[in-house]
Amino acid sequence: MAGLTLQLLGLQLFTGVALGALYVLLAIGLSLIFGMLTVVNFAHGAFYMLGAYVGLWLLMHGVNFWTALILVPLAVGALGLLVERTLIRPLYGRGLDYPLLLTFGLSYVIVELVRVAFGNTGYPVDTPDALQGAVDIGVGYFPLYRLFVIAASVVVLVGLWLFLERTSFGLIVRAGARDPQIVRILGVNVARVWLIVFGIGTGLAGLAGLLAAPLQGVIPEMGGPILAEAFVVTVVGGMGSLLGAVVAGLLVGVVVSMTSLFAPEMSRVAIFALMAIVLLLRPQGFFGRAGLMS
Amino acid sequence: MKNNGLTRRKVVAATGAALAAPFLVNIVRAEATTIKVGFPVPLTGPYGAEAQDQVRAAQVAVAEFNETGGLRGRRAELLVRDDKLNPGEAATRALELIENDKVDFMVGSLSASVQLAVNNVTKVRKVLYNSISQSDAINEAKEFSRYTFHEALNPHMTGGAVGRYAFSKYGKRVVFLTADYAYGHEMVRAFQAAGKAMGIETLADIRHPLGATDFSALLPRIQALKPDVLVISNFGRDQQIALKQATDFGLKKSMKIVAPILLYTGRIAAGAQAFDGVVGGTSYYWGLEKTIPSAKAFNDRFRKMYNGRVPSDYGSLAYAGVKTFLMAARQVGTTDPEAVIPAMEALKYDYYKGPEYYRKCDHQAVQSVLIIESKNAPPGDPDVFNILAIDQLSEADLRSCKELGFT
Amino acid sequence: MLLGSATSVALDVSERLRGWLPFAQRRRAWLAALFLILFPLVAPFKALATMILIYGLYALGFNILFGYLGLLSFGHSALFGTGAYFCGIAIAHFGLPWWAALSLGVLGGVLAAAAIGVLAIRTLGIYFAMVTLALSQCLYYLFYQATDWTGGENGLTGVNVKTINLFGFGLDFVNPLVHYYVIAAFVIVALFALSRILASPFGAVIEGVRESEARARASGIDVVRVRFVTFVVSGAFCGLAGALLALHLSIVPIETMHYDTSGLAVMMCLLGGMGTFFGPFVGAAIFLLLENLVSLYTVHWQLIVGAAFIACVLFFPRGVWGTILQRSRT
Repeated sequence: MAGLTLQLLGLQLFTGVALGALYVLLAIGLSLIFGMLTVVNFAHGAFYMLGAYVGLWLLMHGVNFWTALILVPLAVGALGLLVERTLIRPLYGRGLDYPLLLTFGLSYVIVELVRVAFGNTGYPVDTPDALQGAVDIGVGYFPLYRLFVIAASVVVLVGLWLFLERTSFGLIVRAGARDPQIVRILGVNVARVWLIVFGIGTGLAGLAGLLAAPLQGVIPEMGGPILAEAFVVTVVGGMGSLLGAVVAGLLVGVVVSMTSLFAPEMSRVAIFALMAIVLLLRPQGFFGRAGLMS
Repeated sequence: MKNNGLTRRKVVAATGAALAAPFLVNIVRAEATTIKVGFPVPLTGPYGAEAQDQVRAAQVAVAEFNETGGLRGRRAELLVRDDKLNPGEAATRALELIENDKVDFMVGSLSASVQLAVNNVTKVRKVLYNSISQSDAINEAKEFSRYTFHEALNPHMTGGAVGRYAFSKYGKRVVFLTADYAYGHEMVRAFQAAGKAMGIETLADIRHPLGATDFSALLPRIQALKPDVLVISNFGRDQQIALKQATDFGLKKSMKIVAPILLYTGRIAAGAQAFDGVVGGTSYYWGLEKTIPSAKAFNDRFRKMYNGRVPSDYGSLAYAGVKTFLMAARQVGTTDPEAVIPAMEALKYDYYKGPEYYRKCDHQAVQSVLIIESKNAPPGDPDVFNILAIDQLSEADLRSCKELGFT
Repeated sequence: MLLGSATSVALDVSERLRGWLPFAQRRRAWLAALFLILFPLVAPFKALATMILIYGLYALGFNILFGYLGLLSFGHSALFGTGAYFCGIAIAHFGLPWWAALSLGVLGGVLAAAAIGVLAIRTLGIYFAMVTLALSQCLYYLFYQATDWTGGENGLTGVNVKTINLFGFGLDFVNPLVHYYVIAAFVIVALFALSRILASPFGAVIEGVRESEARARASGIDVVRVRFVTFVVSGAFCGLAGALLALHLSIVPIETMHYDTSGLAVMMCLLGGMGTFFGPFVGAAIFLLLENLVSLYTVHWQLIVGAAFIACVLFFPRGVWGTILQRSRT
């Protein structure tokens, strides 16, 4: 292949990491929600899209990008709290499928509501002024904004890690992910924990949506394809494992990036093939617990 | 009849009647003596804005027809349906329009797969259909029927015209970035055909999956190849994202970006920055009114009916698509397809952009392609393109009848 | 107002059904057939009625796996689509007669189910859903890329059958009513077959596995084999539905194989009532009629349908038909 240098490979790798950053944010939310609530959140893509649109709305009303970075996850997370409390909580105990099915229907409703509010053509979102342009990262020029996305994801991950490792609430979350029943027996108000975890998960999705907006604009359908990709990441990493979400997210991003170099038209199916292979060889994913199912 | 069956039937009938009741009310059903034009377009989905402009422009054609006497007093009526950009849905809508409304003509839609689906339905049932969507496939002999007409441009015409302009002006070292589906392939083929005659050098032919939202994996490689021209062959949102990300990566500094089609509504929606400096083709731009009188007449009528709005490219295709059928019918005094088809084949018309006619073998409308460049206009200003050139195509610029499979 | 009258009709039905339920259960295929024969009289237009037939059969096929066995699959679009493409390719590329094409369609569904099943069948719960999703997307991609056979993104066109020759009679397949009844004939045959299968010992085994796998295994049942066979049977019905779709539309759109179509099966099954015999059919009818009706008034039909679905999940987990049946039992 003409022009395949070590430099190009390096740049491609870096691009993969940047791609992976968004996957990681989404997958962590999915994994948290599944690990704690054993709910597969089919509306996760819709919350991602919602984050992008809330961000767009804020930017349209003069709020600057940095403030939006704080407000958007809070707003989307709050909506997530509402959804968990009113729609998902009644379904606990009815079997694994029902909350999944509810979130499935919910995604249709959320997407259509956004269409009602904003129309179906979509909007461009300009990269914030401070983050425009490209920098030389050694192997070539790379857009500054994408570096920012990587940095923002790292900050969020560190914050999440501190939260889980250093706070008592985080302790409960970790314990609940390992063994929900014991936690309940110990007298913890599990319902409230689940409520907050759902809020955190959806808030993360909303943040990812805001970060993605300057890269690709916003459109009501933007949640669909990325949800499928996020599922791949979560499953490959292991549902319920946060480390798995990080590792798998980066892996999938790099796989997409590298496939694009050699056979770009296959880049989408490559990740589904990856998911199928991992599931068949190691059904619990890289770091998931074996037997973590219905 | 057993009692149980009767009860069930009653229940079924009652529920069915309750659900069917709105259909008995004449909300969208046509009257008996009007000329009915079925119009399935994607009102739902990402191209809703284009589809609504198509409806507006089609209504202009219908209004003009009715105001000038109709067909011996018979008025025309547009029956708009939502095909949801889905071929299965479009086929169902077409079947509904034919079965329930007994339409005389069918005009639509927007995506290639949808128009093929509608055509498949109409040609078997011998209903005249004018497709107003880009596709090479509908010209081919296996899709064609006497009842099929194609008012829109096809990728071969557009790609060829843009290629001829761009390769002569901007350089011969070319990279192609293409969406991996029929439309994308048709575009590249057209550019290659035009470029071969001019001696271009294809440095790379990169295919991306349809619906890709991230091109960052592909752009460094393109950057490294250092072409004169980057031809981005995709459509709609794919195009908007590709252009935005190419701009972000700084590609415009070292190469000229060229696209086969630039949509008016897409440019308005995506804003100036991504499209700035991009050169492409289109079937119609309202700015043509400065030089073409029929464009001015059409624009003025559109402005009058819709509060100062100007028509878009896909909109104007709808206008011509409907108008040609109505005018041909008026000419022969009937809507009988057997009489209308020869009238359409003989039609020489200039309704909105200059002279056009339908080629006999595949009923493709032979027309001009406008080469346009996006310019920086303040939001709300409709003057978003400069017309750089007009390529007045001849039949030689289309794929030959033989190549399409006609004997 | 519409909802009110529909609810009162439904309650009326469950009242009357109370006494007739045992009789109805035994004759369920006949009653369903009767309903289908009379359906075009009340449907808004025949092409829509035919779509309801086809998607109803698709949902019924899905229900075998989801409602009766309890396995949630997100890959059923592959079974539906492969059946459609096999039938379509047989007619468009090879000019085979309609009955051969239909048989090939059923075979297509079976093969796709076998291929996915052999890989997926040992996984459970949510992982089964994910594997089926991933594998069906791989199949989607395969069909998408095989442009010479399938037409790729443009879809397969030219599946034109103008007359159905049956025992010397030539039926005008273009006529909407004839068209409906020909397709209904196949769906009715499939309904009878389904009823037999579910009433057979195998049907009891399926439900036994759903109730308790451990108990089934203890009784000596090879659970994995049961799952696989059920998946393949489901594939046969979905394949037939796909083949009928190809015949009905004269095209096979690539969207048939996309995971959105898998989601449709889930929605229709739940709306109607999973685990009931006729429920999925009712679900398909409700979904398509609702979509058709709401589309006339607004472009935001997905809001109404999505809200209806959520309402069902929360308040009518047995679906519309299942709730009617349940009320008439108590």
